[in-house]
Amino acid sequence: MAVPILKQGDVLIASIQAALSDRDLTELRDELADRVGRFRARGVVIDVTALDVLDSFAARTIRAIAYTAKLRGAMTVVVGIQPEVAFSMVQLGLTLEGVTTALDLEEGLALLGPAPQGGPRRGG
Amino acid sequence: MADEVRVPIATDGDIVTARQKGRELAAAGGFSRTDQTLIATAISEVARNIVVHAERGEIILSPLEQPGRRGLMVVARDEGPGIADPELAMRDGYSTANSLGMGLPGARRIMDEFDLVSTPGHGTTITMKKWTR
Repeated sequence: MAVPILKQGDVLIASIQAALSDRDLTELRDELADRVGRFRARGVVIDVTALDVLDSFAARTIRAIAYTAKLRGAMTVVVGIQPEVAFSMVQLGLTLEGVTTALDLEEGLALLGPAPQGGPRRGG
Repeated sequence: MADEVRVPIATDGDIVTARQKGRELAAAGGFSRTDQTLIATAISEVARNIVVHAERGEIILSPLEQPGRRGLMVVARDEGPGIADPELAMRDGYSTANSLGMGLPGARRIMDEFDLVSTPGHGTTITMKKWTR
């Protein structure tokens, strides 16, 4: 897997570290769909801070991840879209319609709410 | 000023290489970070068009120089099946490959100049330019 997936409480965090090929993205999609069920995850955070390009294929795949996770009972938050990347997506006409976004990982985790009692505390 | 860079395109990994090279040349050519990102994204779209429709081809990146401005030319060339109706292919939302059809029209929107020449059976050449302002 090109993208490490961390588990924090009942939230899965896909922490993208470097540029991703189309295959890396589809692998991430399939892996997350599987793990949402395996770990009974309630939320998925996709951290795209390290992505310097978000083109039509990447946008489509991220939407697919979010919709698939939703059908499996988990909410997805995309965090860390860089300002230039956001501008470029607007120019291209790409949207992440129906996908929740947040500025950074902390905001994303906050959107997914606190972990249930007894679970690990979020943030530091 | 750097010479032209040729990137052979055959796999999805080559798409990443092409856009990274494009960003490097754009940075060296004095483009803003925003323009670097727009150029890299446009390269990503035309490179994917090669992988999906023609299997292989190449991207040629050339720095441009004119009085008062610099630019970058991106040529995406393949010898694939060609595009039967380029006008239709450039329409938002038109796709033959299970995508959203935003790739080529999007690339045209974010570059300053965009030209597509395609001969069915002989391949496609897309030439795009962006200028510093």
